Amino acid sequence: MTNTIGDIEDADVILVTGSNTTENHPVLSSYVKRAVKFKNTRLIVIDPRRIKLTEFSDIWLRPNLGTDVAWINGLMHVIISENRHDREFIETRTTDFDALKDMVEKFTPDYVESITGIPARQLIEAARLYASANAGSILYCMGITQHTTGTDNVKSLANLAMLCGNLGIPGSGVNPLRGQNNVQGACDMGGLPNVYTGYQKVTDEAARKKMEKAWAVSNLPDQIGLTVTQMVPMAHDGDIKAMYIIGENPLVSDPDLNHAEKSFNNLDFLVVQDIFMTETTQLADVVLPAACFAEKDGTFSNTERRVQRVRKALEAPGSAKNDWEITAEIAKRMGYDMIYADSREIFEEIARVTPSYGGITYDRIDSAGIHWPCPTEDHPGTPILHTQQFTHGKGVFHAIDYIPPAEQTDDEYPLYLTTGRVLYHYHTGTMTRRTEGLNDRVPESFVEISAADADKYNLKDGEETKIASRRGEIIAKLKISEKAVAGSVFIPFHFAEAAANRLTNSALDPVSKIPEYKVCTVKLSKAG
Amino acid sequence: MDDQKIIIINGNSFSFTPGETILTVAQRNHIDIPTLCYLKGTTPTGACRICVVEVKNARNLLPACSTPVESNMEVQTESREVIESRRMSLQLLLASGNHNCAVRESDGQSWTAFQLNVQHQDNSGDLCPVWGDCELQSLAYRYQVSGETFPATKNRYPMETVNPFIIRDFSRCILCGRCVQACNEVQVNNAISIGYRGTAAKIIAAGDRPLKDSDCVFCGECIQACPVGALVEKDARYDWRPWSNRKVRSTCSYCGVGCQLDFHVHDNRIVKISGAEGTPPNYGSLCVKGRFGFNFIHSEDRLKTPLIRETGRENGKFRQASWDEALDLTARRLSEIKEKNGPDSIGVLTSARVTNEDNYAAMKFTRAVLKTNNIDHCARL
Ligand code: SF4
Ligand code: SF4
Ligand code: SF4
Ligand code: FES
Repeated sequence: MTNTIGDIEDADVILVTGSNTTENHPVLSSYVKRAVKFKNTRLIVIDPRRIKLTEFSDIWLRPNLGTDVAWINGLMHVIISENRHDREFIETRTTDFDALKDMVEKFTPDYVESITGIPARQLIEAARLYASANAGSILYCMGITQHTTGTDNVKSLANLAMLCGNLGIPGSGVNPLRGQNNVQGACDMGGLPNVYTGYQKVTDEAARKKMEKAWAVSNLPDQIGLTVTQMVPMAHDGDIKAMYIIGENPLVSDPDLNHAEKSFNNLDFLVVQDIFMTETTQLADVVLPAACFAEKDGTFSNTERRVQRVRKALEAPGSAKNDWEITAEIAKRMGYDMIYADSREIFEEIARVTPSYGGITYDRIDSAGIHWPCPTEDHPGTPILHTQQFTHGKGVFHAIDYIPPAEQTDDEYPLYLTTGRVLYHYHTGTMTRRTEGLNDRVPESFVEISAADADKYNLKDGEETKIASRRGEIIAKLKISEKAVAGSVFIPFHFAEAAANRLTNSALDPVSKIPEYKVCTVKLSKAG
Repeated sequence: MDDQKIIIINGNSFSFTPGETILTVAQRNHIDIPTLCYLKGTTPTGACRICVVEVKNARNLLPACSTPVESNMEVQTESREVIESRRMSLQLLLASGNHNCAVRESDGQSWTAFQLNVQHQDNSGDLCPVWGDCELQSLAYRYQVSGETFPATKNRYPMETVNPFIIRDFSRCILCGRCVQACNEVQVNNAISIGYRGTAAKIIAAGDRPLKDSDCVFCGECIQACPVGALVEKDARYDWRPWSNRKVRSTCSYCGVGCQLDFHVHDNRIVKISGAEGTPPNYGSLCVKGRFGFNFIHSEDRLKTPLIRETGRENGKFRQASWDEALDLTARRLSEIKEKNGPDSIGVLTSARVTNEDNYAAMKFTRAVLKTNNIDHCARL
């Protein structure tokens, strides 16, 4: 997030899109709800599903799935043509405005309506409301990123914020809500094919030299590595021979699971480190038992870049060990000593090699976390990014055209499918499905459909239903719901036995390599 | 110049900003005024009258939590009249329910009868489940009162035990309304309200149905707000006792909000989790997963020893192995494959679930030992 969770309450207008906030980030959603209820903040929700937050919104737009760039460009078209943009901000802080202006020219409200299904009137109203804000905050989540055009969507939202000068002040910003607890940290720590910690590029010789020195090694690789969505097909083709997987269950979360399963089976060697047996450990050659978060010391970095302490409360069961200890043991046996007395020592090394974490210590974050960048020990941390200027000088507008989703409905597969989470479960369910009360609330997978579509395909509420795509099929209970919009169905992806990702499309965004989980096409029929 | 903005509390002068209540000014200056119905950050309801203070020239005692400060107000927070009033309010509250926490005088007969009755309704031979962690109980001690002064009111509503996670024990509810404030003004879930009138008053959800059939999302904010034992965690009821627990502050491991929480640990087990008050980003709030979704930690299915595959992938049989054997095998196979097919034939997936330190170790291992940049995590997924 460019801003903090706390300052959401300072926004005059909040725009939420592609985030079912009350279910996926419940405590953060309270900030939104409180702002609306007690501080006169206006709320715009842009989401095809009737999510809970729509009950709090002033304006709710319901775009067709996968048409985000079109409505964002549409909002900008209205704002520019009505002269509601922030000229001074554009002038002093940004470049390439003209290119953007040319691009959005054709995105008239009527044209946008023809693509997105959003009535022109409503689009204009939303544009006026967002542009009216002194501080306007944009919150988004996987509903924006999990598309073949995910990167375009994100850049488009940044365009919109810059256009109205909604960056760098409290209550403003472009705020991605991270799904898993330490996504931010995994990225900050260089758990990515192109960067070391703090986004220092592996292709940058100076960074490489620095790391070589810090680690006392030579010849660190200088080619960008593979993303998970590239590794899996390469395992399938035999170019990846071995994998070491720590605490992930790609065999439920991966797109196009049937294909992924074959890929993992094709490996010469698979070692998986986890707290439970999972669909993925089942295929491993070696399974290593890890301690869970309540059994270890360390840090997580939350979605607002706040580095916070994790503390050991319990002894791990059996002989399970800290993940880092296991990794260090393997390293030692491969001839490289990675010896640390405890997690504090690792954190000190992180701070030494990572400018943005340089001033953070366990002592400083003992009672409350600190927002990076925090370069020195006397630096208070940076709750709000881009207050004076952008990280790379000026903010660049990106002119982006609309591209339809990779898969379109047709006679055979007439419905769009979108996937996501529910309040009571988490990711692939390995943790939440072991709490009785959570299972009580949502015991099994379901397919959510509008009453109109249920009628049309002659399906009844509660009935076992077969959902098929070009890639596979699953069976789940039909749930007629007001949340659904006609033409689309929703399935949560927590349930391995009816894994939504047997259906989803593994088509990737060309830049971020994120699969298009949020749109594919399916057909429904009675099971059996 | 600011002589306008002065208030005198217990003989000392303090400055204030317009709009502040007597309670806020007192709290800022470490003057202890007891409260029960007041919940920080929400609109005061003035329901319990425990916080009353004496204000010079006012006809009645005034509730500190909802009375705005005026210039030159003179306030006494612990005068004889104030204390008498608080004692009376407390006695009424104690008499209104099953407050069997031994603050009663034990005059034999009636104490025993009362205890037995409560134990029957409670289905437990123990004292109240929040004994030692109850605001009513501590106030009863502070003001030396018991429940016998007034006749006990009969308990109208049976305990609600059909919900997951939460037990609602109306026999101990003092109708302070804090749960309602927590639900409606902090989490804004709007699931509960005060229903019925007078002696029939009750906290109700969705036209008086069990929580599970209402808009309740089981965030548990109301449990944490409840000053007494009327709302308690189902699993921790009679299991959690404040004197036998160790508290450990940590960070929730579910979503990216990173709520700060306290583990309550007993015998190497987590018995309950509560939100860490007064600290960002959540200031005490949690959601259902963070507060209640911890059973997996103690699951029998946890992996406890390394495992090595015995046969082909098809029949999925594993045998237990020592760490040495499993680690040696892993190191040997990775070295062989690196040697034979090159570093880039190996891929590492680290995790958005584990700590920064774990991720750093995996990153360093991949680049410095395996010598490949093929490292990623499943955040996109
Ligand atoms: S658990 Fe949460 S939603 Fe349910 S009644 Fe309590 S505060 Fe409201
Ligand atoms: S349940 Fe607890 S918080 Fe709610 S009114 Fe009763 S005593 Fe107060
Ligand atoms: S308590 Fe809920 S909202 Fe807070 S971090 Fe955990 S999962 Fe997220
Ligand atoms: S705390 Fe002020 S009236 Fe209850």
